[in-house]
Amino acid sequence: MADVNVGDSIPELTVTPDKYLTHRYAGASGDFNPIHIDAEFAKAVGLPGPILHGLYMMGLVAKANAALADGDPRALKRLSVQFRGMGATETEIVVSGTVKSVDGDTVVVDTVAAQGENQTIRNAEAEVVVG
Amino acid sequence: MSVKTDAIGKEWPATTYEVGKEKIGEYARVLGIENPVHFDREAAKAAGFRDVVAPPMFAVVYSSPAVGPAMFDPEVGMNFAAMVHGGQEFEWGEPACSGDEITTTAKCLDISEKDGKGFYIFETNAVNQNGDQVVKGTWTLIVRGV
Repeated sequence: MADVNVGDSIPELTVTPDKYLTHRYAGASGDFNPIHIDAEFAKAVGLPGPILHGLYMMGLVAKANAALADGDPRALKRLSVQFRGMGATETEIVVSGTVKSVDGDTVVVDTVAAQGENQTIRNAEAEVVVG
Repeated sequence: MSVKTDAIGKEWPATTYEVGKEKIGEYARVLGIENPVHFDREAAKAAGFRDVVAPPMFAVVYSSPAVGPAMFDPEVGMNFAAMVHGGQEFEWGEPACSGDEITTTAKCLDISEKDGKGFYIFETNAVNQNGDQVVKGTWTLIVRGV
């Protein structure tokens, strides 16, 4: 039986992506959409600057939830997110979550990724096997 | 204007992706994931994996080539200039390890319209060389001003 209870918080994950993070993520993921890596292009389509890849932030949400099982890559069984705000480089991202159900060794965590008041990912639901 | 719905149910040809050890490491480093099972073969085997194992969200690396042609299909007819990634779900099965050959298919689950926005939902299914289900992805793309 997992030592996790409804209402518990997951360990908060904080990351400040540097100016070149979107370039490294583009290379790692294969997503070279210019809105992520070209400031002039991003501004030309009405964005404040290059925006973070949503799937990068989802990767951080996955990492924060895997921490419940000491980072075991088998632990995360399902992750569902909604992208609701654009993320920026050189701004701290805080990933936080609350356990909303526990069934044996499987916990479901409601997770949010935010930059200040800007919730870039919300209604994220992670199903994690712990213990 | 309204969305075209002819592509609902359409499936696209499978793509295959061979998972590489260094590609896993590159992905893990960008995310700041430090577990040695993503970098070191011996650590991965000691933890019960067949080889260096990918973090779960590495799924985007081998699933995206399958969903790309679906998104760009003229029959789907998405306006990319007005598209945002609205939501994403993955359900994982067998972990993806270095050396795996993963075959992924894509299907259009639904196209609908609400409040002037088009909602395009695709599903990807990835299986490994042994026929084990690796990951199922559900991709929700939203196009403004349809």
